[in-house]
Amino acid sequence: MELFLPVLVGLLYAAGVYMILRRSFVKVILGLIFLGHAANLLIFTIGRLTKAAPPFVPSGTNILTEPYADPLPQALILTAIVIGFGVQAFAIVLFKRAYQTVGTDDLDKMKSTDEID
Amino acid sequence: MKLIESITMLIIILPIILPLTFSVMMLFFWKSVKIQRALNLLATLFSLICSLIIFVEVNNSGIISLQVGGWQAPFGISIVADLLSSIMVIITAVIGLTTALFSIGSIDESRERYLYYPLLQFLLMGINGAFLTGDIFNLYVWFEVMLISSFVLLSLGGRRAQLEGAIKYVTLNLLSSAIFLAAVGILYGLAGTLNMADVSRKIPFIENQELVNVVAVLFLIAFGVKAAIFPLFFWLPASYHTPPAAVSAIFAGLLTKVGVYAIIRFFTTVFIYNSDFIKDILLVSAALTMLTGVLGAAAQNNFRKILSFHIISQIGYMILGVALFSPLAIAGAIFYIIHHIIVKTNLFFISGYVKKLKGSYNLKELGGVYKFYPMLGLLFLIPALSLAGIPPLSGFWAKFVLIKAGLELKEFLVVGIALLVGLLTLFSMTKIWNEVFWKDDPQNSENVTDITYKSLTSGKKFMMILPIIILAFITIVIGFYAEPFFNIANESAMQLLDSSNYINSVLGLK
Repeated sequence: MELFLPVLVGLLYAAGVYMILRRSFVKVILGLIFLGHAANLLIFTIGRLTKAAPPFVPSGTNILTEPYADPLPQALILTAIVIGFGVQAFAIVLFKRAYQTVGTDDLDKMKSTDEID
Repeated sequence: MKLIESITMLIIILPIILPLTFSVMMLFFWKSVKIQRALNLLATLFSLICSLIIFVEVNNSGIISLQVGGWQAPFGISIVADLLSSIMVIITAVIGLTTALFSIGSIDESRERYLYYPLLQFLLMGINGAFLTGDIFNLYVWFEVMLISSFVLLSLGGRRAQLEGAIKYVTLNLLSSAIFLAAVGILYGLAGTLNMADVSRKIPFIENQELVNVVAVLFLIAFGVKAAIFPLFFWLPASYHTPPAAVSAIFAGLLTKVGVYAIIRFFTTVFIYNSDFIKDILLVSAALTMLTGVLGAAAQNNFRKILSFHIISQIGYMILGVALFSPLAIAGAIFYIIHHIIVKTNLFFISGYVKKLKGSYNLKELGGVYKFYPMLGLLFLIPALSLAGIPPLSGFWAKFVLIKAGLELKEFLVVGIALLVGLLTLFSMTKIWNEVFWKDDPQNSENVTDITYKSLTSGKKFMMILPIIILAFITIVIGFYAEPFFNIANESAMQLLDSSNYINSVLGLK
């Protein structure tokens, strides 16, 4: 796992960067989703992977004993997933509206706000 | 005694709670625009009162911190109000109030029906949260609250230009959020905590200082996109001129400054030990931000696009203050933020008023406004000359402090650029003055005065001119009574540079 996850994070970042550099809407959205997932998995990996050791205080003692999995990164990821889900849903609707209004899914053809009038 | 103490502690969370409560209340009255307007005004008024109380409290008795849910400091979420935070919250409330007034006068009813006012309050909640939080992940959450409301406000209405602008704005801001999140993750891996005070305490003891620098740069990129510093600003001039004037005014005033605030907070309180490494990056970026912004503005022919490019060049001055990293420079940056938010919002309001008069933002189609509305022309001159740095208006003192700090540190090249940019700003402002106010109306008759303007009731006109007068008045006050404002900026700079007070207050150490 410890070898697999960093490689996966790297692949997701590479794919995400490649996709947001495309000109098509759909690919840009996919790229943003990949980057979000990559960041989540990065937090997961960097928060140290501890297998099958939930952070429960054993009965009869007052403190946690090593090894235990740190719950905080997982809480962060959960929050980030929920936020990411909401924002990506909005982005998809926005892109669809833009496609209907402008009539193209080519980002290179959406330059009207950058032109000097 | 204990009760009074806990009440003063609770008040610092009110700038977050109030907008939330009021926007939920507005949702119940979503069919009645009038009630929403009233509630929105009430919410901004209460926020202003609260923020003033917080400021007085912080000014008298030092940094106030609140541990949400009673969880002890490094484990729970801390809400912290130091001088910088409380100043920012006051300005947010002032801009919130003036935008609420201007919105009543200028926003069309179809937008008002589609939850414009609740969104405005959610936006203010996100901004206040970002200013008040003492936890890095919580800052990420507030950024997202702010962003999603701004996404909707930007695209509400669904015209082609708005959607095109929104796509660029949304994509780049989501990218910056992903970078922010990755930086948060790596920082947690390094420091084992995300409480700003705790991180600040632990960073000097991390063995792998190179990785700390990498995290610092990741944060700088994430905040740099939001603050629109040099290579990362392209979303701003592509989107800020597309929504209605009230929306672009509040965006121009507050949103980029949240990014600047985060940069100041991180590179004084959190990463203080790495400032040498960051300094060079910030200095080069500040110089290029000032130059590209002002040169971009010189090429434009659209009222709001010129102003948008000027936001970028002004951000350069604030970053310059952080980059110089002396007490005077940081105080200058804070003073600059105070001055800039007031002035820039006002200029966008005026552009909106001119649009209501003449039906256009294009300089070629505008003209003759001074002849018919001399008061608006004079009201434009106050913020415009202040932005360019003409004494005795507020912009002069802001630039003066920064340039003095630069000369003290012998950074002559950047000081030269800052002076040149001031001159070019004056060029842009005179261009707007000539084209919009002074030259003859190209449509060349009195009766073109737009039909939409004639149909406006005098109440609406008053609601649009009132915020412009308020902000112009504040600009004059800051200009003529600069000393108390500068003293406060100076004190908050001292507070930032000596982070031990902040750490002790948040972590409850004595």
